[in-house]
Amino acid sequence: MPRKIIHQAVTERLEILDKDGRVDKTLLPDLSDDQLLTLYRMMIQMRKLDEKALNLQRQGRTGTYASLRGQEACQAGMALAMEPQDWLVPSFREHGIMTLRGIPAHLIYAFWKGDERGDLFPEGVNCLPPSIPVGSQLLHAAGVGMALKLRQAAAVAVGFAGDGASSEGDFHEALNFAGIFQTQTVFLIQNNQWAISVPFKRQTAADSIAQKAHAYGIQGIQVDGNDVLAVYAAAKEAVDRARSGGGPTLVEALTYRMENHTTADDAIRYRPAEELLYWRERDPIDRMRKFLVSRKLWNDKKEVALAEEAAAAIEAEVERLEAMPAPSPVEMFETMYAQMPWNLQEQRDEMAREVGR
Amino acid sequence: MTRQQAAASQQERSLRAVESPAERLTMVQAINQALKAEMERDETVLVLGEDVGRDGGVFRVTEGLLDAFGSERVMDTPLAESGIVGFSIGLAAAGFRPVAEIQFMGFLYPALNQLFAHAARMRNRSRGRTHLPMVVRMPYGGGIHPPEHHSESYEALLVNTPGLKVVVPSTPYDAKGLLASAIRDEDPVVFLEPKRIYRAFREEVPSEPYTVPIGKAKVVKTGTDLTIIAYGSMVRQALEAHDALARDGISAEVVDLRTLSPVDAGTIIESVTKTGRAVVVHEAPRTGGFGAEIVALINERALVHLKAPVERVAGYDVVFPHALLENHYLPNRERVVAAAKRALEF
Ligand SMILES: Cc1ncc(C[n+]2csc(CCOP(=O)(O)OP(=O)(O)O)c2C)c(N)n1
Repeated sequence: MPRKIIHQAVTERLEILDKDGRVDKTLLPDLSDDQLLTLYRMMIQMRKLDEKALNLQRQGRTGTYASLRGQEACQAGMALAMEPQDWLVPSFREHGIMTLRGIPAHLIYAFWKGDERGDLFPEGVNCLPPSIPVGSQLLHAAGVGMALKLRQAAAVAVGFAGDGASSEGDFHEALNFAGIFQTQTVFLIQNNQWAISVPFKRQTAADSIAQKAHAYGIQGIQVDGNDVLAVYAAAKEAVDRARSGGGPTLVEALTYRMENHTTADDAIRYRPAEELLYWRERDPIDRMRKFLVSRKLWNDKKEVALAEEAAAAIEAEVERLEAMPAPSPVEMFETMYAQMPWNLQEQRDEMAREVGR
Repeated sequence: MTRQQAAASQQERSLRAVESPAERLTMVQAINQALKAEMERDETVLVLGEDVGRDGGVFRVTEGLLDAFGSERVMDTPLAESGIVGFSIGLAAAGFRPVAEIQFMGFLYPALNQLFAHAARMRNRSRGRTHLPMVVRMPYGGGIHPPEHHSESYEALLVNTPGLKVVVPSTPYDAKGLLASAIRDEDPVVFLEPKRIYRAFREEVPSEPYTVPIGKAKVVKTGTDLTIIAYGSMVRQALEAHDALARDGISAEVVDLRTLSPVDAGTIIESVTKTGRAVVVHEAPRTGGFGAEIVALINERALVHLKAPVERVAGYDVVFPHALLENHYLPNRERVVAAAKRALEF
């Protein structure tokens, strides 16, 4: 009756592109020049989307907003790995990948303006509305992944969350369900190292989130979340595995929240300025640009053209946002149930009389 | 409240009347003072929750506590509401007085299992041997145009859970005194803070500690024609309606419940017996809301005095809308006045 080791775990971290734009050629994923450029373009589009959102908020044209600045590589890498039929299950900082999946930016802005119509996505986009209750959406990603498996669909569900979410019970239940039922799910945790004012060290005494996969019998890997090539490589591996029945994966992308938690927050109160400097040098966009330039795929002229194109596209979306008529107050009753019960009918009529519609 | 507590609170009040200096504080500041004072008074009082330490809480309610009392008494917790409440239960069972913060009422739900299945029952399950002197405080309600899930008021769920006390202040003065009572209470108290009026106005608040008793409503305006019953941020709506009605020569009495569980039936019944008409106001959804309980109480105890059915002014039976439609959802002065007139013209 010996005392013996029953489990030993190793957790990998993947880095391909360093902060100066140099790559490890042995790890470079198999991507065409066009795909490399697509990754870069996606990140620029997201940054424009984000900068505009912050501007709109400052000008009072939208409400409280959660910036994704610094996390573009996490979202672009996963976006390129996903197929059109896949499902996105986002939390509230994933509007970058949401637009890449086909949700127009004006809807994202409408959501942050406090307009429910921002969650009315175009037909054919498999995406649940962003979940604000932290971590809760990961169980939905497990459930969608199960549905896809039961239907024998060649599709996967990708659930996003932050590092703070890894403390919620729902996170652990989601990994457990996914593991038990071998669902077609990939969990992408953007560990941006802060949950509002609480540092990652306060979310776990473990070294990483990725290693938690072991406890649920699923695959786990950590990647440099500011390295779009590493995110893509890990995401693609995970998505392919889930699609082909190989089981779920937990991907932890180590990144940094470059902005306040939301526009209602003031991060100077709680985090050291040096951190920001450190991470600014590791910007996901800058390093990819350096890499593309070194490969002769990119130059200043193209940069200017892309910046102009992205800005124009966003301006057009802002116009669409501001052309939206104000929502009618009676809308709050309309989509509660398939059939409106009598009490809601009465209340809707009362409201209609009040607002004269 | 025990008789001893009542006596102590009486004594503190009279002391205050004589000598205590007062400051004009917002509700946030008043709650902050209460926390500070109770932590100074009793070293078993602990504060824990998300962002309550370095950040001082997202509404700054716990500002300065970390520096004053250190990280063992003011704990930034992992992001886990069930964890926060369950951990507090353990702390309370073993001799501390935790004051847990839930960042918004809309994020309480992961903790409901701990709150309902354990906090509310521990005294009874242990046949009185183990009790839980703990407070779970949280901002609730609408009016600040936030993103989704930041405007909920599901107090009815809590009131319908035997074993919990539920307290809702509507003024800085009451907030400070009621929170002190809640922290000193021997049973779990859920303390709901109407975030809409966290900074809406200031009021004289004595610097000295004092208590306002749990379970006691307050007649904020006396009147003879009807009774408006409200709590939390809706007390402002009730007072505005009172003034509007007064301009029409109607004399409304306004009762601020202050505690929802145990509710002060005596004050409600006394008032309605006098006026014969009542309007209950809350921002939570109408169906199954706390207003229904008040109507039932009045029917049971004052039916013969009623001159009209009791009116309810409440939130609609819908998901609390996002910011753009929020003002259409929340009860306002006009809706309270209209209900009062229906009762008067019945
Ligand atoms: C269940 C729940 N509790 C609390 C909150 C309030 N809140 C919103 S975001 C946040 C921090 C989230 O941190 P993390 O999961 O790391 O994601 P990040 O914001 O860094 O992207 C908190 C505490 C919430 N939305 N949901």
